[in-house]
Amino acid sequence: MTYLAKPKFRHPGLPKNSLGYTHRDYEGAVSTLCAGCGHDSITAAIIQACFELSIEPHRVAKISGIGCSSKTPTYFLGNSHGFNSVHGRMPSVLTGANLANRDLIYLGVSGDGDSASIGLGQFAHCLRRGVNMVYIVENNGVYGLTKGQFSATADRGSKSKRGVVNTDNSIDMVAMALQLGATFVARSFSGDKEQLVPVISAAIAHKGAAFIDVISPCVAFNNHAGSTKSFDFVREHNDAVNRLDFISSRMPIEVKYEPGSVEVVEQHDGSKLALRKLAADYDVHDRTAALGFLHQHAAKGQIVTGLLFVEKESEDLHAHLGTVDAPLNTLGERELCPGQSALDAINASLR
Amino acid sequence: MKNTDISAPDYFHKVVDCQWACPAHTPVPEYIRLIAAGRYSDAYMINWQSNVFPGVLGRTCDRPCEPACRRVRVENEPVAICRLKRVAADYKDDITARLPKPAAKKNGKRIALVGAGPASLTVARDLAPLGYECVVFDGDPKAGGMIRSQIPKFRLPDSVIDEECGYILGLGVDFRGGTAISSMKALLAQGYDAIFVGSGAPRGRDLDIPGRKEAAANIHIGIDWLSSVSFGHVSTIGKRVIVLGGGNTAMDCCRSSRRLGGEDVQVVVRSGFEEMKASPWEKEDAMHEGIPIHNFLVPKEFTHDNGKLTGITFEKVKAEYDAKGRRKLVPSGEPDQHFPCDDVLVAVGQENAFPWIEADCGIEFDQWHMPKVDPVTFRSTHPKIFFGGDAAFGPKNIIWAVAHGHEAAVSIDKMLNGEDIVDRPLPATELISQKMGIHEWSYKNEVMPDQRYKVPHRDLKIALKDIKAEVELGFDDKLAFQEAGRCLNCDVETVFTPSLCIECDACVDICPMDCITFTQNGDEADLRQRLNAPALNLTQDLYVEDGLKTGRVMVKDEDVCLHCSLCAERCPTGAWDMQKFFLTMTHAGPSCRPPVTRRSAA
Repeated sequence: MTYLAKPKFRHPGLPKNSLGYTHRDYEGAVSTLCAGCGHDSITAAIIQACFELSIEPHRVAKISGIGCSSKTPTYFLGNSHGFNSVHGRMPSVLTGANLANRDLIYLGVSGDGDSASIGLGQFAHCLRRGVNMVYIVENNGVYGLTKGQFSATADRGSKSKRGVVNTDNSIDMVAMALQLGATFVARSFSGDKEQLVPVISAAIAHKGAAFIDVISPCVAFNNHAGSTKSFDFVREHNDAVNRLDFISSRMPIEVKYEPGSVEVVEQHDGSKLALRKLAADYDVHDRTAALGFLHQHAAKGQIVTGLLFVEKESEDLHAHLGTVDAPLNTLGERELCPGQSALDAINASLR
Repeated sequence: MKNTDISAPDYFHKVVDCQWACPAHTPVPEYIRLIAAGRYSDAYMINWQSNVFPGVLGRTCDRPCEPACRRVRVENEPVAICRLKRVAADYKDDITARLPKPAAKKNGKRIALVGAGPASLTVARDLAPLGYECVVFDGDPKAGGMIRSQIPKFRLPDSVIDEECGYILGLGVDFRGGTAISSMKALLAQGYDAIFVGSGAPRGRDLDIPGRKEAAANIHIGIDWLSSVSFGHVSTIGKRVIVLGGGNTAMDCCRSSRRLGGEDVQVVVRSGFEEMKASPWEKEDAMHEGIPIHNFLVPKEFTHDNGKLTGITFEKVKAEYDAKGRRKLVPSGEPDQHFPCDDVLVAVGQENAFPWIEADCGIEFDQWHMPKVDPVTFRSTHPKIFFGGDAAFGPKNIIWAVAHGHEAAVSIDKMLNGEDIVDRPLPATELISQKMGIHEWSYKNEVMPDQRYKVPHRDLKIALKDIKAEVELGFDDKLAFQEAGRCLNCDVETVFTPSLCIECDACVDICPMDCITFTQNGDEADLRQRLNAPALNLTQDLYVEDGLKTGRVMVKDEDVCLHCSLCAERCPTGAWDMQKFFLTMTHAGPSCRPPVTRRSAA
């Protein structure tokens, strides 16, 4: 945390994206989180991903709930739309916004408290419906704002800063997301931007419900020996199934890999995901196998990261509902009230 | 890359660009902070220690520090370092009590100093308080050398020269004004323990073209003319004046002419405007006074009528560059141009002249008739004779003369203590944390875009009427405070302790200049390309530390670091700290001699 605004000076040689922006143009207000907070790294990764994708800031809506993680949308994309909603209610606000204007990119930013405790139901239904969004959980296993009580994602057996052992079972949000039908599921680590940035980029390009669980150490209350969400523990137990390179449809360069080592997944918008396999027999399209893989590794105390599941032909809520292509909020009275004859025709069809 | 050795005195010294560029290595950010705090006397004393003539230099320095200023690289205009120095000199209290006292006991060693310019006076300043008997000779009645004779009074009033030369002469220095040395042999015969030659480059170069002899009455050598003006021997000049030459002397000549009756004063240079040797601000000042500068004109002939100068004919040239990038001026083919005028001032360069040094007195000269002088010790081929200032390596400027003086004083002090003068101790450095609290630092770390403030000038109409009226009025305290606030405090260094780092990336994310990268190690050329923002300024070092848990290295590009402390504020473990680097140059005295180890009384 700092009291100073970040100076407006920037490195004279900063690269610019196709819109002419540098990554500094995607920043927000200066963070008020604790110094060293993992959430600030995720903020930086989101900034980097949006910069690399040349996203126009006004095309993004950031929606969050309550908690340290839910404060972070203030710290990135200062020129985008934002809504800081009620505790645990980010998913329903996001769903409503998405239904009203399908043209925006929706970033739902939440934490383990916001999504795994008070908002667990909202989380489940939002994924179940396949809302087109990126749902990021900044997962530190504690309630940071209230001084570090265990949250619902804290692993059983892990120790609090004061040495108390957690006796409750933990909620694995990645497993839930897989079970609930999310079409893009990934886990990453705030301390590994090389992995995190392409995962966020791929999730933004994905059509459908994309869920990313980002382990984000709480330096104030959950970065000690005995914690399973500390920098040291995550680095020691990180088991990445793959390394992802995101190739946007606008990138002209063909990336060449040795055959066999890389699987290329084409997404709906023409972007490509080049997956370098690290776990030999891991199939990124097999939902049930992914669940088994997760459970086996969790039992061994390992944290599986990388792109864990992606559906090749994904669909979203608008496709399920058969809504028109134009955003609903742009429809005028003429389109919404087509007149008596149209109503008669509908009524006749239901008789 | 290997780990950076931050204990080497040069490493952080190079980060303080202004101090590194200053020949005397004045601790610039330190005194600028003191000015901002209103501690003008303290700021003055720091300057006085290091550059001896803060009031003079604050008006006339060639300011090598300013082009080096980091503010140039992150904004555009440097901090007005030079004019802030003047603020310290203008607003200080009486500092005489803080000056060294004349030595209570002389050490019996006698030193002759030839010329009373900045180089000699610096040597005297450093040696007199140590007990040396310093005898300064000068042909002029007052001390100051070129500071007094060549710099016009509208840039540097006599009162400032008197004050700062007075501080030195007050240290018990024996000044013999009006005593020009005419024979080195005779001087050597007087049995001095060391002789320092700081006689400057006193001869103005002439221009031998047709008409020079015939029109001689109206053709003047620039530096001689300036000195005649300074001493009041000349007080008028013709209405139409042409100044030949593009250096700072030419600028002083044309501006002086404007004040002595010159109404139509023009400067003509051989080279292009951009390549002129004059400092940009001096060119600006001249043009501001209505003096046009014509370029690419080579003088061909002085035209005259009945022994009276009528003008100069110039050949128009253009610049051509050969394969090696060397410039050559070739005729452009355009017709010659004739500039009518009443007087010409020739300011096309200065030369050294040592007619008083006999060929067989033990001082060797090189093919350009310059004495052979060691660039570190400033000793000539005669073991007891040292050179400094313009006399050593040709015309430079005051701050270089001061730097030479310090080094020559070290040599003389070591020599007369029976030590090897080649063995010179490194400067002393200290690094002290500036942390005062969680978000508190002992310096102003809030960095904002803020353009350079202009120094108020005297109204041009009044300034042009009186050659002694100082043109620049100097910053007032408010402007000085604002300008001082532009300093980035480059001497407050980012110091990294890898054993404390948990690699949370907080510093990387907050750094406004993308200076910090954690990555796999590589050789320097490779690393420079792989950083978050490529480090393409090869004059600026990379700070590299390994010893991190992930096996990566921390690499910080020092180039455009704002020293804003955000990395340290964001660091949860204190792996980053802001520490003030203070460098003390080794001057003459005990610090330049290794400590005497006392034998145990066994």
